[in-house]
Amino acid sequence: MKSLGSIRRSFSPWTDPAAKPYIVFENVTKKFGDFTAVNNLSLTIYEREFFALLGASGCGKSTLLRMLAGFDEPTSGRILLDGQDMRGIPPYRRPVNMMFQSYALFPHMSVEQNIAFGLKQEGMPKADIDKRVADMLKLVKLEQFAKRKPHQLSGGQRQRVALARSVAKRPKVLLLDEPLGALDKKLREETQFELMDLQQNLGLTFVVVTHDQEEAMTMADRIAILDKGQVMQVATPAEVYEAPVSRFVAGFVGNVNMLEGTVAERSEKTATIKGASGAEIRVENAGDATAGSTVAFAIRPEKIKVSSKKPDGAANVMEGEIYDLAYLGDMTVYHVRLADGQVVKASALNSSRITEDPLSWNDKAWISFAPDAGVVLTR
Amino acid sequence: MNATWSRFNIASIVLGFAFLYLPIVLLIIFSFNESKLVTVWAGFSTKWYGELFRNQSLMDAAWVTARVGVLSATFATILGTMAALALTRYTRFRGRVLFSGMVFAPLVMPEVITGLSLLLLFVAIGLDRGFLTVTLAHITFSMCFVAVVVQSRLMTFDRSLEEAAMDLGATPVKTFFQITLPVILPAVISGWMLAFTLSLDDLVIASFTSGPGATTLPMKIYSQVRLGVTPEINAACTILIAIVATGVIIASLVNKRREVQRLRDEQAANRG
Amino acid sequence: MAETTLATTPSASQEAVPQQGTWLAALTGRLVIIIPYAWLLILFLVPFLIVFKISLSQTAIAMPPYSPTFDLAGGISGLWESFREFSFDNYLWLTEDPLYFNAYVSSVVIAAISTFFALLIGFPIAYGMARAPATVRPLLLMLVILPFWTSFLIRVYAWIGILKPEGLLNQFLIWTGLIDQPLIILNTHSAIFIGIVYSYLPFMVLPLYSALEKMDYSLIEAAQDLGCPPISAFWKITFPLAMPGIVAGCLLVFIPATGEFVIPDLLGGSQTLMIGKTLWNEFFSNRDWPVSSAVAVILLLMLVVPMMFFQQAQAKAQEQGR
Repeated sequence: MKSLGSIRRSFSPWTDPAAKPYIVFENVTKKFGDFTAVNNLSLTIYEREFFALLGASGCGKSTLLRMLAGFDEPTSGRILLDGQDMRGIPPYRRPVNMMFQSYALFPHMSVEQNIAFGLKQEGMPKADIDKRVADMLKLVKLEQFAKRKPHQLSGGQRQRVALARSVAKRPKVLLLDEPLGALDKKLREETQFELMDLQQNLGLTFVVVTHDQEEAMTMADRIAILDKGQVMQVATPAEVYEAPVSRFVAGFVGNVNMLEGTVAERSEKTATIKGASGAEIRVENAGDATAGSTVAFAIRPEKIKVSSKKPDGAANVMEGEIYDLAYLGDMTVYHVRLADGQVVKASALNSSRITEDPLSWNDKAWISFAPDAGVVLTR
Repeated sequence: MNATWSRFNIASIVLGFAFLYLPIVLLIIFSFNESKLVTVWAGFSTKWYGELFRNQSLMDAAWVTARVGVLSATFATILGTMAALALTRYTRFRGRVLFSGMVFAPLVMPEVITGLSLLLLFVAIGLDRGFLTVTLAHITFSMCFVAVVVQSRLMTFDRSLEEAAMDLGATPVKTFFQITLPVILPAVISGWMLAFTLSLDDLVIASFTSGPGATTLPMKIYSQVRLGVTPEINAACTILIAIVATGVIIASLVNKRREVQRLRDEQAANRG
Repeated sequence: MAETTLATTPSASQEAVPQQGTWLAALTGRLVIIIPYAWLLILFLVPFLIVFKISLSQTAIAMPPYSPTFDLAGGISGLWESFREFSFDNYLWLTEDPLYFNAYVSSVVIAAISTFFALLIGFPIAYGMARAPATVRPLLLMLVILPFWTSFLIRVYAWIGILKPEGLLNQFLIWTGLIDQPLIILNTHSAIFIGIVYSYLPFMVLPLYSALEKMDYSLIEAAQDLGCPPISAFWKITFPLAMPGIVAGCLLVFIPATGEFVIPDLLGGSQTLMIGKTLWNEFFSNRDWPVSSAVAVILLLMLVVPMMFFQQAQAKAQEQGR
């Protein structure tokens, strides 16, 4: 089976028309005074999904999360959780829990008191609370820290307490606001996988807000990319990366070369795009681009091959010179200036220690790529 | 930073603090003077303190002052904390400008005006002047000081703590008593202490609003001071200073210790 | 774990409960405003209106010693009757007798001079504190606040023993040989200046300190690096940046000092004229409530403008604190 990004998924309820969505945002708008934080947004999230809301700060992703938690009410539109309209239900009566960006650990309570807080509100019997707290401490491997106060913990430990506290009530949905934002890089990478395992084991629905695309790509089943309060694209990480629907999405996630031009020729699947300087690109899967329209051909640097000799048999070949290069160890990034002056980024994996054909500054070089190596974007 | 702390800086601090503390220190020293003449040293003695405790009217006044202080400080703390919450949590409500004006104005309002206006109110509504009216008056002006103290703490309060509590199922009222109040408690306590000392110190407002049988200690001291300086009053003042200073110093030591402990804990946590 | 452990209550009741919950929450939220608001209205604002009303009444030999009194039994017409009896006689009286005018003027002058000296003395202290090593600063701060906690009356009283002709200051000066006749300080304006500066110094130092402490010292270094000599750097950098603190400190000293009673009464002697003392005497000695109310109304009107400045400075500080 062919799949984008070489990942085959067994969990994909969004492709099943019979699957019932679990969380529904229906034409939700949220205004703060004159500022529109969320603009007529619709979104569906499925049960047991790990869903990421990705966007720059101020794009409305946190507002979306806060509306789901009940801290803000939509100005218009509605939010359904498991078929029930959430309007007017205060946060303390919603079956969702949130892990806060600042962790919001109660400073005057010990770790176990923090974890037990939500259970006590529920009126759970003391013995059950003790057992659940013990389970949670074990889950996040903090058994010996039960009696400590939050300020006696390291950043990573605090993050785990916050997590344990928010899942202790076994909420239907766990909301995570930049859950790894306060951790250093190494800890963040470890914790990403821990979060994924936890979600799998507990079978919860996770909605995570993040501005870190790598984090979203690693953890999420699907990603919603937001800009100015609107959804730009909702798709799996591979789709978002390999088949972005717009110039914004292509540019937001990862590195990309955007080759602008007009569609000179168009057949059922293929097309020829003519650049401003007359260079032509042959592409497959041209999507909805009509002949004569202005489009961008978006291609990722790693899909472009750089060589010192003109390659044979490649569908698209262009001549240029090495304008800049960066050796990063695992790979080398080339900036190649084409005849028309445009600079194209290409990266090559350094799969062997010694290169037969090293390229250097100002060397003449050829770039080449396959017709299906990029996507044609009309928006 | 040490390099910028010049001799001039140190000198101005030393002289400034000498100016602030010398009069009080002299007063304390002369409360232990043997002689009736307060400004001529005639040997160490604690006889004026004994004298003081035998002065029944002074003791009565002290008892009134203590009761007024505790009562008014307690109510002022409750009301002041509410006012602080209203000012920080509700950025817009009808009459907010008037409200914040009424909270800040008593901080600088000349006491003669506050005292006179409250007295005239009590007369107008036919409330007999006495213990109750002094207490009401003290609540009114000291709640504003409490409001300012608590408000500055609330300003740095992390609202997500409250959101987290509500998210975990606590109602707003429970959230306030289980989360907000415990976290801002140090500020509330220092608000109480401030209200108590303000009540303990007040002469002008008490003179206006108090009546027969509710003479406070400052009123008593004032009436004696007008007749001249006596070692007995020096002794009374020394005791008052000692009480307040002990309270303030203990409070700040406890605070300091807690902070140091906290810093140590945090460093330990981050090391491993 | 799709079978959530949260009890799923029937949707009907679940819809009813949150309605009530939010309604209750809204009410308790409002109570936080309503209770202190009502308290301040009744015990702070209404009393001023009464002061104003009584300042328009006549002196009477009765209890309370003014007429007309509030007669709620008379209803609207009764209220109207009493309005007709109001007069501005008391205010006219204030303008006719130069005693009051002089008292107002000398109060403002004394308060202004004292404020200036408080700033002059307070600034170096605050500056020194702000430049002190960070470990010492909390201690210094506490030392400034501590006198504020001790009784105002006591602190003023302490100066009597120092300033009087046979007091400690004169004893000391005569002992050093600087003077051979005791200086007369007590019961003069100088004693009032000393008393006000001393009593209100913490109010000056604290806002100055908090403004100066925030200032980045590298600004001064940058100014000097750019060729600005230290004195000029002080006037061009430090002083403007400390301005909010200076304004707040001066207002905190000036406003209450204008209406001060204890200091002029204990240190100023009988011939000093300050309005707070005049009001006190009018009220307690002459038992003339309407005139003392009129004195209070004028004093308040004089202080309204600086008070509004103070209020604005507070609001601004609040905005920045956010």
